Amino acid sequence: MSNATQTTNKPSVMDFLTRPAVKWVLGALLVGFLALLPMLNLSIPGVLPGATYTPGTLQLLAFTMLIAGLALSYHLIFGVAGLLSFGHALYFAAGAYGLGIVLRRFEMELIPAIVITLVVGLLIAGVVGAVSLRVTGIGFAMVTLAFAQAGSVLVRRNADWTGGDEGLALDTTHIPDELVGVLNTRNLYWVCLAVLVLVFLVTSWFEKSRAGHVVAATRENELRVRVIGIRPYFVKLLTFIVAGVLATIVGMAYLLLQSSATQKIITADFTLTLLVIVVLGGVGYRWGAVIGGVVYTLLDQRLTVLAGSEAIAGLPDFLRIPLSEPLFILGTLFILVVLFLPGGIAGLAKRVTRGRSNVRAERDVLEEVV
Amino acid sequence: MSTIVLLLITGLGLGALYFLVASGLSLIYGLMDVLNFAHGSFLTLGAFAGWEFARRFGADSWGTFLLSLLVGAAVGAIFAVLTELLLIRKLYERLIEQVLVTVGLALATVALFEGIWGQDPIYLTAPAWMGGQTNVLGASIPNDRFLYIAAAVIVLIAIVLFLKFTRFGLIIRAGVENRSMVTALGIDVRSAFTLVFAIGGAAAGIGGVLASHYNGYVSPYIGGSLLIFAFIVTVIGGLGSLSGAAIASAVVAVLQQFANYHWGIGDLVVVLLLAAVLLLRPSGLLGSKA
Amino acid sequence: MNAPAPSDSILTVRNLSAKVAGQQVVEDVSFDVPATGVTALLGRNGVGKTSTIKGILGLIERKGELTFAGERIERLRTHKIVQRGIGYVPEDREVFSKLSVAENLRLAERTSKPRRELVDNLFPDLVERAAQKAGTLSGGQQQMLSLGRALINENRLLLVDEPTKGLAPIIVSQVADALAEAAKTVPILLVEQNLQVVRQLAEDVIVLDGGRVVYTGKAKTLLDDETLIHRFLGVSGGDSHPAPSVASATSAQEERA
Repeated sequence: MSNATQTTNKPSVMDFLTRPAVKWVLGALLVGFLALLPMLNLSIPGVLPGATYTPGTLQLLAFTMLIAGLALSYHLIFGVAGLLSFGHALYFAAGAYGLGIVLRRFEMELIPAIVITLVVGLLIAGVVGAVSLRVTGIGFAMVTLAFAQAGSVLVRRNADWTGGDEGLALDTTHIPDELVGVLNTRNLYWVCLAVLVLVFLVTSWFEKSRAGHVVAATRENELRVRVIGIRPYFVKLLTFIVAGVLATIVGMAYLLLQSSATQKIITADFTLTLLVIVVLGGVGYRWGAVIGGVVYTLLDQRLTVLAGSEAIAGLPDFLRIPLSEPLFILGTLFILVVLFLPGGIAGLAKRVTRGRSNVRAERDVLEEVV
Repeated sequence: MSTIVLLLITGLGLGALYFLVASGLSLIYGLMDVLNFAHGSFLTLGAFAGWEFARRFGADSWGTFLLSLLVGAAVGAIFAVLTELLLIRKLYERLIEQVLVTVGLALATVALFEGIWGQDPIYLTAPAWMGGQTNVLGASIPNDRFLYIAAAVIVLIAIVLFLKFTRFGLIIRAGVENRSMVTALGIDVRSAFTLVFAIGGAAAGIGGVLASHYNGYVSPYIGGSLLIFAFIVTVIGGLGSLSGAAIASAVVAVLQQFANYHWGIGDLVVVLLLAAVLLLRPSGLLGSKA
Repeated sequence: MNAPAPSDSILTVRNLSAKVAGQQVVEDVSFDVPATGVTALLGRNGVGKTSTIKGILGLIERKGELTFAGERIERLRTHKIVQRGIGYVPEDREVFSKLSVAENLRLAERTSKPRRELVDNLFPDLVERAAQKAGTLSGGQQQMLSLGRALINENRLLLVDEPTKGLAPIIVSQVADALAEAAKTVPILLVEQNLQVVRQLAEDVIVLDGGRVVYTGKAKTLLDDETLIHRFLGVSGGDSHPAPSVASATSAQEERA
């Protein structure tokens, strides 16, 4: 596990910082700091659109945290269980659309509506997981993709329930006033922060639980898990459901934050974006998924601003066209990461701090998927 | 009766497009285990290349149309070969990373196409006959559907003849079955990798030009929307099986047309069919690999 | 550490280690294959014989020094190694079942002058069934096809892995005769469980146990010594020999995977 202790004899700052207790304290401090951000006047020019107390910046930060949370839930399936799902967007969309529909159609209070949506997300993840885990490898990828496509078709076809192409606007009748309107963005920001923390804690807990160990062992060597008398199917299904429910929770927060759900959150491309984020951050690293989500969202946002800037408009075509397409740059970046940096950002950080290259092991983690 | 004939033939026309995409996907997966997400981009670039060519040389003439198919095939093949040589080959035997690279390439190239040609559909013109209709057993069939079917059949026959009667074809067929044994016979199987990408890219390029006529426009997204169905067809037919891909293309598209006509749920039926086939026969209709 | 290879060996293996699915199945194996005759590679199930052969060919991840006909080959890709003049008859035949018999042979031809006549004479059965799909052949016929694929080229070494496994006695002797015929012109490294066949064909033996070489010498010396056979191969002597360990059983499973 810790190469550092074997290769460097003297205790370093890094060793101290990576002790579990220290890590949790640092994490708590970070969360505390993030919670204070709406009260502070901090500016990071080029990264954030304005000072940290402004609604625009808070909105972006909250959105970033939700994407990070969603990426964490995908990390459970892809990084921990080693299952290549192409349909994770479905559970996120179930949260966003589910809550939106329950609020609008059944005129419920927020809390019962959330509970109902959670149950719906749980059921969908349970059914889809139970069916798709019966096949492995590419077959699994295809069945999950197919179910997500089915969801996408349902959303498109039932426009009177889902708003179709227009998207589904949040019905604020039963939403507490504190969570509505630009002036209350800071409250939504705190909700999103809480959701991210919740997802992170559940993910950590799950990974450290017996089920988490078994599913990770299954990824490495399914045969050996079978030999000790455990049926990998149920552990995988449990992981699939936990990840699905977490995605549903993030999806509900997304609806509250964005005030609407649109079809793009249920497309295959959206799941692919999650895959990109997790790989970018580092497959198998919990905080890698978080960092990947943050980096990806901020890059996407900044590149979009950059694309519209005059500096770009003045360039010759062969530079202007690629540079004005954020997804082109992100896609290219992703390819480069896969080719040259298989551990992603987290792997790179580990290599820098531990001073030891282990590209091979990182590649092996990747190849255990499917 | 006429409705049935209409749905059947238009379904086969759509199936022809599926097959042009799925044939390459299936060969590539069969030989290399690579699920190629960039295949839609081969198709889209082929479509744009065909359109760029046709609009310069008179889009309503037959000569230009046929040449635009060749242009689409050539561009698709070149793009595919470059993809294999520059990206896939670097990750030899690294299956997940190969898939990830094709995902990245698909995202990046669609964005690039948006940058070059814009996000909006560009409507195109075709030889007048393609806009007409022919009466078959009382059903008025749009003429272009016959063209798609003919193109797919020609491509199918060409690939089958190639696989059957050339040494490279022999290597590909053997490689689909047992790649490592092919290398153990002293054959550099990687040349076959490049070749299946070339074949798949060419078929997708032709498919792209035809799909743009089917839709009536080119756009950066035509590849992606066909790709999902092509994946489904490939899996239903059995990954690596060319005849499986051909049969599944026809079955899926015809079924889709009928379901769309009667209940308006064609897409859903396809998805359910996929789930059902995978659960009953995980290796697909004609597949031998799981 | 590296003893100089005798000049009369076609293949020298030094410190070969190989992994299958991350598990060490061959460890620090060194031996020589003489330039003439049949050398048998023996050992109980799962001791790494097949992995040794696959390691030589680069079909699995391996480390070590491999010298074939005076040339170092451990850095070459499998197809390059085979092109140097090695014929491979894998365990379980591995014929291409969807290809016809003729196509299987045609695929194996590495030069413009394949030795079709030789193969046709050795295995007349295959001539009759040239158009038949290899998957429809009997086990014995598939084995002949697999041998034919190796013999159709002029090789400098054959690697033959358990050619008689699961075959009827009459077929076993046919296969053994074919190998004896082939051995007149080309050296063979043979993995074989059937000691009868080993006695008929092999001059030298190498015995592996637990992924290591435990014995090398003349075949006759080993085969005439009941205690040696018992100790290394555990094929006779009732139940006094230890049961195969769990570790070797696992690696046997993975070897086949």
